[in-house]
Amino acid sequence: MLHQCRLLQAKSGRTMDVILLQLLNGLDKGGAYALIALGLTLIFGTLGVVNFAHGALFMLGAFCAVTFNKLLSLEVVTTDPTKTTAWGSPLEIRTPYVEAMLGDFGTWMLNYSVPMSILLAVPVMLLIGFVMERGLIKHFYKRPHADQILVTFGLAIVLQEIIKAIYGANPIPQSAPDLVRGAADIGSIFGFDPGVIVYPYWRMVYLAFAGAVIAAVFAFLQFTTFGMVVRAGMADRDTVGLLGINIERRFTVVFAIAAVVAGLAGVMYTPILPPDYHMGMDFLVLSFVVVVVGGMGSLPGAVAAGFLLGILQSFASMNEVKAILPGIDQIIIYLVAVVILLVRPRGLMGRKGVMEN
Amino acid sequence: MTSKTSPMRDWIFFVVFAIAVLTMPIWLAPIGAGYPDLLQKFMIYGLFATGFNLLFGLTGYLSFGHAAFLGVGSYSAVWTFKLLGMNPVPAAIVAVITSGIFALLIGYVSLRRSGIYFSILTLAFAQMSYNLAYSVLTPITNGETGLRVLRTDPRLFDSSNAVDGPLIANLFGIEMTGYAGFYFCAIVLLIAFFIAQRIFRSPFGIMLRAVKTNQNRMNYTGLNPRPYTLAAFVISGMYAGLAGALLCITDPLAGAERMQWTASGEVVLMTILGGAGTLLGPIFGAALIKYFENIFSAFNDQTLHEIFGFLPDFIEVPVVSVTSLFVGEGWHLTLGVLFMLIVIFLPGGLMEGFSRIGRLFKRSSGKSESRGAAAPAD
Repeated sequence: MLHQCRLLQAKSGRTMDVILLQLLNGLDKGGAYALIALGLTLIFGTLGVVNFAHGALFMLGAFCAVTFNKLLSLEVVTTDPTKTTAWGSPLEIRTPYVEAMLGDFGTWMLNYSVPMSILLAVPVMLLIGFVMERGLIKHFYKRPHADQILVTFGLAIVLQEIIKAIYGANPIPQSAPDLVRGAADIGSIFGFDPGVIVYPYWRMVYLAFAGAVIAAVFAFLQFTTFGMVVRAGMADRDTVGLLGINIERRFTVVFAIAAVVAGLAGVMYTPILPPDYHMGMDFLVLSFVVVVVGGMGSLPGAVAAGFLLGILQSFASMNEVKAILPGIDQIIIYLVAVVILLVRPRGLMGRKGVMEN
Repeated sequence: MTSKTSPMRDWIFFVVFAIAVLTMPIWLAPIGAGYPDLLQKFMIYGLFATGFNLLFGLTGYLSFGHAAFLGVGSYSAVWTFKLLGMNPVPAAIVAVITSGIFALLIGYVSLRRSGIYFSILTLAFAQMSYNLAYSVLTPITNGETGLRVLRTDPRLFDSSNAVDGPLIANLFGIEMTGYAGFYFCAIVLLIAFFIAQRIFRSPFGIMLRAVKTNQNRMNYTGLNPRPYTLAAFVISGMYAGLAGALLCITDPLAGAERMQWTASGEVVLMTILGGAGTLLGPIFGAALIKYFENIFSAFNDQTLHEIFGFLPDFIEVPVVSVTSLFVGEGWHLTLGVLFMLIVIFLPGGLMEGFSRIGRLFKRSSGKSESRGAAAPAD
């Protein structure tokens, strides 16, 4: 009896920790979805543009991290005459420039290259967003959605091909700083057996980062005059225009902010997924689904749906679930999107009358 | 443009088109496209794009999941080969039927929404099919390896069991490779083109255009657009399925990557490039893209140096290094740039460009005529 009881306890404990583990696994992917979807919604809500190049912005962000790392690890080659290699030639010592110039600080910078590359990514993405809006998107405000989809789709192809031409087609792994390279035994904190719930530190960092960025965007929209105008524009663009506010001028900034958010999501995602040129497209399709599920034009909806779908996806990839519904992990997100679109046309938190038909 | 059409004109147009298609091996040879493999591709993707155009060009519904039907057509064609034998006709028929049923199911659900939601729904369905074909449906699709016809398959009505060598589709003894394959595809394309032309001119086609122009007004006049759009969606899915079958008839292998959304994107590119809503445009766009894909991806630095050899060295080197970005591996970049330019400056595609140029000439000659006619009235 006692034995049985303990077995039962162990079993229920196991289901609990499996659920917790999948929840955690879903959160970091959900964070990436939420960040991309946030930018998409911002652009769609204010500019009324369907941006198929948003995944490419995510990818460009990731490659900012790659570039930064490459720049830091440019090496200076010195020969050490006192030592020789096995072939008899003088031993070459390769030290990255930053280390040679800045000493320990240089080593530290190399170690922290991924978070440090935010410093590069923010201005670069701002610039890219600015150029994209002024140069291309601006001319498409009055064109049909189909044209907007097509031209941004073309732009996405161009951007990813440029990246492919520069960095090649293979994924380029980036490493997280030493400090957060390992994994935390979260389970033991909550009283589970040690070693059951192990969660990489970096994913925790990513989650916190995603939360911080989302909070910053919301705070910006909520507590600044600029944000107020943007929110008003999302609610009713025509009226804002009638009030004598030049809303189009704010569009550029909104687009640039959305580009930065997508770029930052990409930068911090590099240690989780080695970036390659088509990572943007993969994320784009899912992020669009996220936006639609959350409700077109609803910022909280986009964030909530991002996390929700990330978690759902990780639950669907559990072996126990797959045993009942084979293949569900492959289609769950799309399935949810189809059901939501048919049952609740305006998405989870969409406002009435916004892009419902 | 519609004012100019008459049954006679249509017939002449069709006959000229048919002659042009059937003589392709001759007149495309000088530009290096006169070999059967590429010509087959022209035909097959022309068919695919024509089908896509029946939906997008007429109704304005932008489907991002048409590759799913191409894939379904391919798989059912290969299965027909496996079960019934290597005759292409039943394979094509089965492919059309299965992809039609598939399109009916997806269309019934997706067409409940319009605009961007329709695009996302079709995209979702196509991605689902692709993911399933790769994972759970492996017994049917053979997953990553791709589905192929094996010697051990039953092939009930096939007598060629004894023959050695690779299994190739053959129509009563004619093997569907090389020029025979091309002519088979060409005839299928011509039939499909003829049907598409009939649809364009029919009251049904006018209904579909009405859906694109103003759906609200159509509703107010008491017409329900749904059955029309669904019919267009199914027909367009059948065209895609037929194109998928032809891909397998010329090369009996079906893989899941045909269903990926990049493949759906490709057919959108072809149609837009040529000109959505025109009869000839999609076929032209498909041929152009397939041609450039073949020619451009064969280029490398050496051929570029030969081409730009006449330039002085200090100009040649940068020119070659810039152009080499756009050819070979990077020909997709060319495609993307070209596509963007078309969407920005020429939303009607290349066909619109041609008619603009044509009008330019006509106007300059027409002006002098009208001036001459107006003079006596003064």
